[in-house]
Amino acid sequence: MSVYGKVMRSEAGKGLTLISPTLVYALLLLAAPLISIVLLSFWTQQFLTIQRDFTIANYAEALTDPLYRELMLRSLRISGMVTMVTVVLAFPVAYFISFHVRPDRKSLWLFLITIPFWTSYLIRVFLWRVILAYDGPVNSGLIATGMIDEPLSWILYNANSVVITLAHAFAPFAILPIFVSLEKIDRSLLEAARDLGESKAMTFLRVTLPLAMPGVLAAVLIVFIPTVGDYVTPRLVGGSGGTMIANMIYAQIFDLNDRPMGATLAVLAMMVVAMVLLWGVSRLRFWLWLVDRAGGGAKGIGAAIGAALAEILVLRALFSLGPALLGPGVAVIVLLLLATAGSVLILMRVPKGRWGI
Amino acid sequence: MRLTPLTVFASLYLLVLYAPIVLLPLFAFNDGTVIAFPLQGFTTQWFAALLDTPALHQATLNSLVIAVSTSVFATILGLFAARAATRYSFPAKAGVVGFIMLPLVLPEVIVAISLLIVLMQLGLDSGTWSIIAGHTLICTPFAIAILQGSFSNMDRSLEEAAVDLGETPWSTFRLITLPLVTPGIIASLLICFTISLDEFIIAFFLSGNEPTLPVYLWGQLRFPARLPVVMALGTILVILSVLLLVLAETFRRRGLKRAGLKDTGGFL
Amino acid sequence: MSHSQTATQGKTQPIITLEGVQKYYGEYHALRGISAEIRQGEFFSLLGPSGCGKTTLLRAIAGFEDISGGVIRLDGRDMEGVPPNKRPTNMVFQSYAIFPHMSVAENVGFGLRRSSMSAEEKRRAVGEALEMVGLGKFGARAAHALSGGQRQRVALARALILKPKVLLLDEPLSALDKKMREVMQVELIKLQREVGITFILVTHDQEEALVMSDRIAVMFEGEIAQLDDPETLYRRPRSRRVAEFIGMMNFLPARVLPTGPGGGRIALEVAGLGPAELETAQCPNGAAVGEAEIGVRPESLTVLYEGQSAEGGREAEGTVREVVYYGDMTYYDILLDGAPAPVRVSMRNMPGRRVLDYGARTRLAWDPRSMMLFS
Repeated sequence: MSVYGKVMRSEAGKGLTLISPTLVYALLLLAAPLISIVLLSFWTQQFLTIQRDFTIANYAEALTDPLYRELMLRSLRISGMVTMVTVVLAFPVAYFISFHVRPDRKSLWLFLITIPFWTSYLIRVFLWRVILAYDGPVNSGLIATGMIDEPLSWILYNANSVVITLAHAFAPFAILPIFVSLEKIDRSLLEAARDLGESKAMTFLRVTLPLAMPGVLAAVLIVFIPTVGDYVTPRLVGGSGGTMIANMIYAQIFDLNDRPMGATLAVLAMMVVAMVLLWGVSRLRFWLWLVDRAGGGAKGIGAAIGAALAEILVLRALFSLGPALLGPGVAVIVLLLLATAGSVLILMRVPKGRWGI
Repeated sequence: MRLTPLTVFASLYLLVLYAPIVLLPLFAFNDGTVIAFPLQGFTTQWFAALLDTPALHQATLNSLVIAVSTSVFATILGLFAARAATRYSFPAKAGVVGFIMLPLVLPEVIVAISLLIVLMQLGLDSGTWSIIAGHTLICTPFAIAILQGSFSNMDRSLEEAAVDLGETPWSTFRLITLPLVTPGIIASLLICFTISLDEFIIAFFLSGNEPTLPVYLWGQLRFPARLPVVMALGTILVILSVLLLVLAETFRRRGLKRAGLKDTGGFL
Repeated sequence: MSHSQTATQGKTQPIITLEGVQKYYGEYHALRGISAEIRQGEFFSLLGPSGCGKTTLLRAIAGFEDISGGVIRLDGRDMEGVPPNKRPTNMVFQSYAIFPHMSVAENVGFGLRRSSMSAEEKRRAVGEALEMVGLGKFGARAAHALSGGQRQRVALARALILKPKVLLLDEPLSALDKKMREVMQVELIKLQREVGITFILVTHDQEEALVMSDRIAVMFEGEIAQLDDPETLYRRPRSRRVAEFIGMMNFLPARVLPTGPGGGRIALEVAGLGPAELETAQCPNGAAVGEAEIGVRPESLTVLYEGQSAEGGREAEGTVREVVYYGDMTYYDILLDGAPAPVRVSMRNMPGRRVLDYGARTRLAWDPRSMMLFS
């Protein structure tokens, strides 16, 4: 048998052959386009033509222009809020379905929770604009019942309405992974904890919650990443105060006709999201590791909180004072090095902890 | 079920989850141009208005063509990948599968922009076919997730038994594998159809002058006078989605039953 | 033990020949040169702990695993490159692999799809196969509505309907409860005698292998440690590891003395028992002078009651350290004076015979003929 034939007959050969159509498709329609926007981000737009000289001018502009920076920060802030709200609200529901719903009813509950997710996103977002509108159901309802005298203005066309709408839209995303990790918990572990003298609340804190952490982390990722890049919600309910980075990317490409800048912002948005997540996951692992190394208890928690506060303060100071002291470019580079190199170092050096993080 | 704080919370949560959707039919049948309480009376004129909007019909047709093509392509690509992922181990498997599943978490804007930029740089016109390509990309991960469930529910020795009893690999696939994953395939087709039908961002970026239903709807949102019509259209879309979902769920459960397994959860 | 007595023609002719069969999974060496001959019509078992390669070997014979080296010959034909569907073997899978979307009859008749039989003949063949496994009335039943034992019978009927030259059984009884397992053991033996087909059984249960097989290959870490009939395997294990794996065996430190009487006899001093003489046949690893170990089965040690004495004065004294009562039998762990660890002794419980108490002093009789020396 030829070498080629042997490879094709082997397990690996068969697997790779079988997955190749899908892989090639993804390479052509995902990898190639992603690479080309990275390339494009290093070019510049000169009126109607694109200047194909390698330059980091776009990045310099994107990182120093206060408008882009504000939009990026706001996107992160809004997504962070959305993630927190969704995960905190989703956990009890996932817990309820996993622990309190009869086994034969669980799939019905899950089905009910996922239905809204599968209906048109556009319509759901638009409905929130209708609901929260100046003369919409919420305001007209509240006025009719005499609870307020004039319509609330803070509930539409600002960051609040974006958070409300996104939190609503991404609810099932958060419930499903948490539910899955809760389902995986062997119920006899909880009985063992109770048998060994723990109260219900402490059993939850010492057994259920740590074992559900992988699900919570998955929920955070699956809500945070797509919401940072959301276009529809800020556009429909955000007003000027709720505009996010995706709206700017769109404007660069379609309205300002500066595709390289749009590409730059898109690449930057992905990088920033990746870095923020890397930072979060690695620091969580690091802090947990500190707690364990100090032997747990108040001492361990103190050490972890100390480390967290110290780093956050340094990063904050760099962020707010750095540009004035070091110049904007250098400050950004120092900040990135500190945060990302630290993340990589931690993920390489610190072993995966007991929370599966 | 006892009435505990947790039960109350979960029920309230479900209520809030559905609140916006419940408003849709309420205002779609409301005899007033303003979307506000109190309701003005019953009418079907907004649905009637849908019928004599030719642009809407063209958009619907576009959407259907795109959704049908997408669901077929994504399910075929999903079949290859799900089968490879459940049946074989090969080098860099986690990386390869992870990469294919990437659109699941990538913001759609990124996918849409990168596709658009490539099309623009290549000097190609975007249109129906490019939306199909984009939708296939984002639907494939869903198809894989559903089909992986079907494939991994299937005891591998079933196929070995068929080969052992004299069938070729291909006839084994036809006689054993295919019948057992058919419910998964149907569920995948339905889900991909639903996703494609509702998808907005990619369609919005790539549609050119052939709008899909959501892109058409987006255009209408600017005109306050058209809002009741939008509500009527939304009602139809939501009902359609729910019907498709119930159908998909029915097939998924039938598949489980056929494989002699207990139901353990929903999609994904 | 040996239950297929009918000497069919070519009985000594091997149906399967394994010559230096090797299997690598990447770096992992799963089969390390397996050579054996499996005879026409015998009930052959592959016995070993999990991970010893027994299932890999079975699957290699069936054609589900490509081997990395060596030759598998089936009925004289090299099986290299022959896919499972072209091999004259059929398999009963551990999970039974009953097709859930087919009826019992469709399952059993699955392999007949490609045969040239008429529909009527196929129907009759399925009926006969179902009768053979005692499921005559179950043909129309849906497959997923069967119990564990019934599923196994369907799997058997389905595999046997093609009249394979060899039937391969991959831990077929492991999913059944103890009672059902014992019933099926007897049924399998009967069935094998009836159809006369070579059966190869993979099992990790040494008792099951002893009960059912004509010959057993004991496997450890991808190698055959010993291939023998059950009795030889039990009475004359060739290594300490086999001795430990098959049944229960006590080990006592011993010293081989240079002052052997000659004539193939070896003299030794056993801790707790005293001086003994063994045949060379009892020393599979040789009998170099110095430290060694003897193995002795619990039933070869006998508790001596008051007034009884051992033949040849081979008696030892000790203290009862544990009493395990089994109804028909009692196991005692007895720490012999001068021995480092207790030995287990099994005694049949007879009417009027008193069960010893924990801590009691007792005497044991022992027989050197039932001992093995391992170095």
